[in-house]
Amino acid sequence: MNKQYDMLSPEALGKIDREVAKYPADQKQSAVMAALVIAQDEKGWLPKETIAAVAGYLGMPPMAAYEVASFYNMYDLHPVGKYKLTVCTNLPCALSGGVHAADYVKGRLGIDFNETTPDGKFTLKEGECMGACGDAPVLLVNNKRMCSFMLPEAIDKLLAECN
Amino acid sequence: MALIDTINPLLTTGWAKGDAGWSLKDYEARGGYAQLKRILASKMSQDEVIAEVKKSALRGRGGAGFPAGLKWSFMPKAAPEKYVVCNTDEGEPGTFKDRDLLRYDPHSTIEGMIIAAYAVGAKRGYNYIHGEIFDIYQRFEEALDQARAAGYLGDRILGSDFSFDLFAHHGWGAYICGEETGLLESIEGKKGQPRYKPPFPANFGLYGKPTTINNTETFAAIPFIMSMGGEAYLNLGKPNNGGTKLFSVSGHVNRPGNYEVPMGTPFAKLLEMAGGMRGGRKLKAVIPGGSSAPVLPADVMMECTMDYDSIAKAGSMLGSGAVIVMDETVCMVKALERLSYFYFEESCGQCTPCREGSGWLYRVVHRIEHGEGRPEDLDLLNRVTDNMMGKTICALADAAAFPVRSFIKHFRSEFEYHIEHKKCLVDPEVQRVGSGFFKAGAA
Ligand SMILES: Cc1cc2nc3c(=O)[nH]c(=O)nc-3n(C[C@H](O)[C@H](O)[C@H](O)COP(=O)(O)O)c2cc1C
Ligand code: SF4
Ligand code: FES
Repeated sequence: MNKQYDMLSPEALGKIDREVAKYPADQKQSAVMAALVIAQDEKGWLPKETIAAVAGYLGMPPMAAYEVASFYNMYDLHPVGKYKLTVCTNLPCALSGGVHAADYVKGRLGIDFNETTPDGKFTLKEGECMGACGDAPVLLVNNKRMCSFMLPEAIDKLLAECN
Repeated sequence: MALIDTINPLLTTGWAKGDAGWSLKDYEARGGYAQLKRILASKMSQDEVIAEVKKSALRGRGGAGFPAGLKWSFMPKAAPEKYVVCNTDEGEPGTFKDRDLLRYDPHSTIEGMIIAAYAVGAKRGYNYIHGEIFDIYQRFEEALDQARAAGYLGDRILGSDFSFDLFAHHGWGAYICGEETGLLESIEGKKGQPRYKPPFPANFGLYGKPTTINNTETFAAIPFIMSMGGEAYLNLGKPNNGGTKLFSVSGHVNRPGNYEVPMGTPFAKLLEMAGGMRGGRKLKAVIPGGSSAPVLPADVMMECTMDYDSIAKAGSMLGSGAVIVMDETVCMVKALERLSYFYFEESCGQCTPCREGSGWLYRVVHRIEHGEGRPEDLDLLNRVTDNMMGKTICALADAAAFPVRSFIKHFRSEFEYHIEHKKCLVDPEVQRVGSGFFKAGAA
């Protein structure tokens, strides 16, 4: 096997193979979005070399994979805290406290949007509509876990659970 | 949240058991996959299936309201390789129906896609699912495995000579991928930048092949249409506006959530189902079809019925069916500022009028909100929108323009007050209380 992919674990490569199998044999590039997520989950974020490794594995130019990684908002091209919290502040959520929830988290963590706490534990992001406005306020933990009805007590509880 | 209330449930029949009713066994117990079986066993022709969908007057539920049967009939018959694609990129602010459809009843969408594939002659399909709802994507993959194991997907489905397989693809945070050609680019592993049209996806779609793309709710309605017949489905709603529709009600109501009602149901009834206005406060405005639809003042909205034609006549759009309810605690300038920021942030940047125009709109509304507006700004905003609408590759530029024009049109005095007095007409403390985040009296 090509050395270049060593930075991804056999498990990660196995998961990427399963994604590749969803597309026609000559369309491996279609798996790049899922593959970058798999790589990001493993590395915590996406350094250039990791993106290049994913591109190499899928037989596409590194620049093409980098374009994808920089176009979509949930890829992290810089290190983030152990817990990345993304709060939706779009209008439908704001009507039910989305902006106030973000302000509350900022106060609790002592950071603003796009900042990380000094202990490296939390990064805070502002999100756009997550398709869950009926459950406002909503926030995402590490892109994949949606938390609903995040009023002050629920936020306190979530922050206490994050170790 | 599971189903709270409905009139004449179809799409939401499977929601009654909440998270406990989504699996294949439950769906089959509700009569699921019976229509697929019937179509295959009776060797219904492709044209017969399409004719039934045309009769139902089912209009696309993703926003544009294009007749689904007509769209299917555009697919070239002879092409050897064709695709069916489902749009679950649900990112239009206010919309959260497709998430619940896939959460509580993924198999109705799957069956609808299989029937569509049969009708247009596609062998492969994809469901593009919004990245922010990853648990729903995982559940959908599980549902696909169930359907495959039961012989509803794969080679020679249920012993017929029809083969079709279906896969899930997730997004990762880009509103523009909800636009159908941006979505196709995204499945191809590229930036989700919309394509010039024509050619339309029916001729040049995924991997350049003929492709039928519909919204999740559109596909989910298909098994019900085939079961009750196109005409009976049409008659549930009103002429030209067939069937029932899911409405995602958000904002200042007592019970935000999804409500399924027949097309043509009065808005007042929908509001009542959603528990009425929060805290008994007064309705100020409603955005009836997702954030891209023009806002309507309370008195106009209260006269509307929930269907494409009534809302269009009132000067807005039914869009995705996202009903954003605002009460008197809302500052319309601040509300518009947030929406304008969204379109500026999500413009893909290909077209100059959209890239530059959305930035202008945001910056000017921002300065009005922050007490730096000038008297000529309202005309400036309208002029900028003139230079955006209808001048770009996709409709995002129009979506950015509609809120600006309609907010200024209906709430001009509030904008003028802001510019003149450098502050909100609605007291900031009233606004703060409106969101319900802070308990009364708490800091
Ligand atoms: C900026 C933009 C965003 C869109 N977002 C969505 C979306 O999230 N979901 C959707 O189904 N359609 C969306 N659409 C509409 C699609 O382009 C397309 O019309 C629709 O998926 C067709 O399916 P339908 O005919 O069943 O509605 C969007 C359109 C634009 C211009
Ligand atoms: S109108 Fe805007 S979002 Fe649409 S293609 Fe042009 S720049 Fe991109
Ligand atoms: S506006 Fe926040 S989830 Fe839709």
